[in-house]
Amino acid sequence: MGKSIIEKIWEQHIVHQEENKPDLLYIDLHYIHEVTSPQAFEGLRLKGRKVRRPDRTFATMDHNVPTINRYFIEDEVALKQLTALETNCRDFGIELADLNSPDQGIVHVIGPEMGLTQPGMTIVCGDSHTSTHGAFGSIAFGIGTSEVEHVFATQTLWQTKPKTLKLEVNGKLKFGVTAKDVILYIIAKYGVNFGNGYIVEYCGEVFRNMSMEERMTVCNMSIEGGARAGLVSPDETTFSYLQGRKFVPTGEEFEESVEKWKLLASDEDAVYDREITIAAEQISPMVSWGTNPGMASAVDENIPVGSSDTVGEKELQLALEYMGLTEGMQITDIPVQHVFIGSCTNSRIEDLRKAADVISGKQVHKGVRAMVVPGSQKVKKQAEEEGLDEVFKSAGFDWRDSGCSMCLGMNPDAVPAGEHCASTSNRNFEGRQGAGARTHLVSPEMAAAAALYGKFVDIRNLENSSMHQLH
Amino acid sequence: MEPITVYRGKPAVLDRNNVDTDQIIPKQFLKRIERTGFGEFLFYNWRYNENGELRKDFELNQPEAAGASILVAGENFGCGSSREHAPWSLQDFGFQIVIAPSFADIFKNNCLKNGILPIALSADEVSYLMKEAKNTDVEFTIDLPNQKVYGPADFAADFDIHPYWKEMLVNGWDEISITLQYDDQISKYEQTIDVMSTK
Repeated sequence: MGKSIIEKIWEQHIVHQEENKPDLLYIDLHYIHEVTSPQAFEGLRLKGRKVRRPDRTFATMDHNVPTINRYFIEDEVALKQLTALETNCRDFGIELADLNSPDQGIVHVIGPEMGLTQPGMTIVCGDSHTSTHGAFGSIAFGIGTSEVEHVFATQTLWQTKPKTLKLEVNGKLKFGVTAKDVILYIIAKYGVNFGNGYIVEYCGEVFRNMSMEERMTVCNMSIEGGARAGLVSPDETTFSYLQGRKFVPTGEEFEESVEKWKLLASDEDAVYDREITIAAEQISPMVSWGTNPGMASAVDENIPVGSSDTVGEKELQLALEYMGLTEGMQITDIPVQHVFIGSCTNSRIEDLRKAADVISGKQVHKGVRAMVVPGSQKVKKQAEEEGLDEVFKSAGFDWRDSGCSMCLGMNPDAVPAGEHCASTSNRNFEGRQGAGARTHLVSPEMAAAAALYGKFVDIRNLENSSMHQLH
Repeated sequence: MEPITVYRGKPAVLDRNNVDTDQIIPKQFLKRIERTGFGEFLFYNWRYNENGELRKDFELNQPEAAGASILVAGENFGCGSSREHAPWSLQDFGFQIVIAPSFADIFKNNCLKNGILPIALSADEVSYLMKEAKNTDVEFTIDLPNQKVYGPADFAADFDIHPYWKEMLVNGWDEISITLQYDDQISKYEQTIDVMSTK
């Protein structure tokens, strides 16, 4: 019987195995940031412990950082946290991409960008969107601060092997349908907890045809379906993305790595604990209308009336009350006052190109405040070289420095209470983008279109859109 | 970590599904670099209105919830962000046990690492306990060694917990100290893997 990539990576990383215990799993790569690491470093200090493998640990500043005037941090508590990270990285010998570094950016954007994330690795970070790195064929998952401390001290974690879920999307995506729509569709259909206890492997033609950045968007939101990790078996797309990046081996060593990585792909006859198959043609551009990512519908549909398989009556009422929306309302009647293009889900160069395509030569609707926050300083630079910043700015968008920004509003970027935001981020929880803020999760193309019209529009109906070239 | 064996306490009910960690502890309180003092911010946006006054209609602000140390909640409790500030704030507020039909994976782990016991019971058992918890002066008993929850009127339910976690919680052990006993094995493993090509 064949093995899935999940089993292959798992077995390769077992340090110790015994009955009645989880497996002691080796961790190849540990990303850290300012918010979930300070208490872990404090724990090490209290016990006089060291970081076992600073060479397998990499730090950045992303959650708190301002996206304008980034060197003048007015929030003293945030500044204290950033300073603590600097001190901790210096004291424990960890490489840090600080605000001055050209490598700085959102941890899940810069890791792949630098080629730190590679196939076959086990990767953790004190951040639930660590699942992003699964796009490279690695087992990557979010951990809490106690686990961060455990990895610091031992480079391992005790882990019970999760169940495996094969999620296959076959066929071709229709015009105007993006990676973001695929994952939003999956979560809306199967619910926000369908992946609890599982690692998801995304299989089938749709994911095979995706770029690495699109695969990252999908894997990123695995956690919104409850799965700690989601991954895609590595293939030529993966290898050619990796080649030439800063931390990726070169020459013969690269060729050897590729041969090794190829062996990771799931065997044809691999067996999974659960399988889900979806036809690509069923998927349309999606918009979330509620207070979790499962509460989403196709843009040409209405907000549901009454409970469904995945959303109960009470949840629906609480969500609509918070969102200021009503049952049965058309999605395209929802007003939009804010547009946020950014976050570890959709802030990479391809995302910015696609959004720029939609708005090129047009103007942001009056009464809409729109901003672009590139995922990293490198993405920002690349976009500027391509002139995308000018496209956004002349349309009326703010063009910012990189960070997590309005995805969770820990820095000064927030949506005011009661206002609606078309956001390319990953969570529409109550208060996520600001107290009382009403978030709608969409693709970069749909967010850009909402900026032009001050409400949601079906990008498939836009005239003159170069969207037609996308697929 | 304080050991848990047999625990008796007063319940409070939060009858909502998919309570995410953004609600348990909103982002503006994640900037602190300490582990303590998060209790006052627990469920901040649900507990307080814009003027900082207690919201009368929030479940945990009801008189019968005062002094509770067992939280009974809806399914998929603790979904979303991996922030360990969520269990820190629950514990600092006074909750030692959370009972729900199901938990999000990362949150469950984070609870166990902090000596909070997440107990998954069937939806029927949870709704029975929710009803009972509304009576004043009711207490539930959790017997971790025997994996039992006892409530009023002879209510008794079994729950599952991995033997590893049971042992850790019952003894109040520090997990890192345990793992460091495997130091030789970790070193041996490290010799078998490639030197990280990255750095």
